[in-house]
Amino acid sequence: MKKMLVVGVSLLILAAFFGAMAMSFSFGSPKMTDMDDYFLRNGQEQTGSNNECTAVVFDFRGFDTLGESTVLFCAIVGAALMFRKMQGGEEYEDE
Amino acid sequence: MLWNLPFITVVILTLIGLVTVLLKKNIIKVLLGINILNSAVNLFLISLGYREGGVAPIFTLAPSELMVLPTPQALVLTSIVIGVATSALILSFAMILQKKYGTVDIDKIRRLQG
Amino acid sequence: MRMSRIVRIAADILYPAVLIFGLYVVAHGHLTPGGGFQGGAVIATAGALVIVAYSYKEVTGWLKKNVLMGQEVIGLFGFIGVGLLALAFGQVFFFNYLANSGSLFGIPVPYGINAGELNTAGVIPLMNFAVGIEVWGGLTIVILYLLSGLEKEGC
Repeated sequence: MKKMLVVGVSLLILAAFFGAMAMSFSFGSPKMTDMDDYFLRNGQEQTGSNNECTAVVFDFRGFDTLGESTVLFCAIVGAALMFRKMQGGEEYEDE
Repeated sequence: MLWNLPFITVVILTLIGLVTVLLKKNIIKVLLGINILNSAVNLFLISLGYREGGVAPIFTLAPSELMVLPTPQALVLTSIVIGVATSALILSFAMILQKKYGTVDIDKIRRLQG
Repeated sequence: MRMSRIVRIAADILYPAVLIFGLYVVAHGHLTPGGGFQGGAVIATAGALVIVAYSYKEVTGWLKKNVLMGQEVIGLFGFIGVGLLALAFGQVFFFNYLANSGSLFGIPVPYGINAGELNTAGVIPLMNFAVGIEVWGGLTIVILYLLSGLEKEGC
C-alpha cells in the first residue's frame, strides 16, 4: 500500500514537470532553421539526389551512418556469439 | 492545449515506459518498456521538425516547395536501427538465461553460476 | 512441422516478389522514400516468410549461416571502402567524388521539382547497396538464431 502511494506521488510530480516543459514548445513553427534551409536550398545541386533525407543521412552526415552500421554489426555478432557454446559441445578446457 | 498533442503523447509514453522498466519482474516486460521509451524519444525528435503545411522533403514530383526539416528524420533513422540492435541482444540473453536457470524472473536470477 | 500445401505454394510464389520489391526500395533510395536500411528490413522479411511456411530443419539447408555472416561483413567493409576511395582522389574521407562529374552516377541536377532520373547522385547508390546487403544478412541471421531453440522441443 505504501509502495503504491510513493509511486503515485512521484509519477504526479514527474508528469507535472514534463507537462510544463511540453507546453512551452510550439508545434508547427520551429525556432532555428538555418542549417536545414541551407540543406534544402543547396542539397540538390551539390549531391545530385532528389531525396533530401538520403542526402543528409549519407552525404552531409555520413559519420553518423558509419557509427550506426558499426553498432548494428557488433550487436549482431554479440547475439550470434551467445549461441555458440550451446550447439557446439563441451566447454573449453585449459591445458 | 489541443494543438500540442504530439508533445503530450510523448510525456504519457515516457511515463509508461519508465514505470514498466522500474517495476516489472519479467525480463520480456522490461524489454518492452525499453522499446516504449525508444518510441517516445523518436516521436519527440520527429515532431520537433514540423512546419505548418509542409510536405515530405523529396523533390521527385512534389506538390509544393514548402518542406519540413530533413535533419531530425536522419537522426531518427539511426535511433530506430539502434533500438532494433538492443532488442536483438536482450532477447538472445533472455533465451540463454531461460536455458540455464529455468525461469525469467529477475528476482530469482541472483547468483552467478560457477 | 510443415504447413499445408496451399501455404507452401503461396510462400514459393511470394518469395521472389518480396525479394525484388526489397531490392527496388534499396536501388531507388535517392529518388523515392527508402534507402539502405528500409530496403534491407523488407528483404529480411522474405526469410521469415519461408521459415513460417516450411519447418526449421529444411530452411537451414538452404539459408546457410556462414554465407549470411560473410554477406554482413562484405556490406560493412564495402561501405568503409567506398568512403576510403575518396582519399585516392585527393579529397577528404566520405567526399562525394562521383556527383556532378561525367562518369558512373554523375549527371548534374538543377534546383527544382523534376521527374527523377536514376543516373544521378554520385556515391549514394553504392552506399545504399552496401548498407542494404549488411542489414539483409544481419537481420536474417538474428531470426535464424532466435528460432533455433524450437527444434529441440520437437516442434
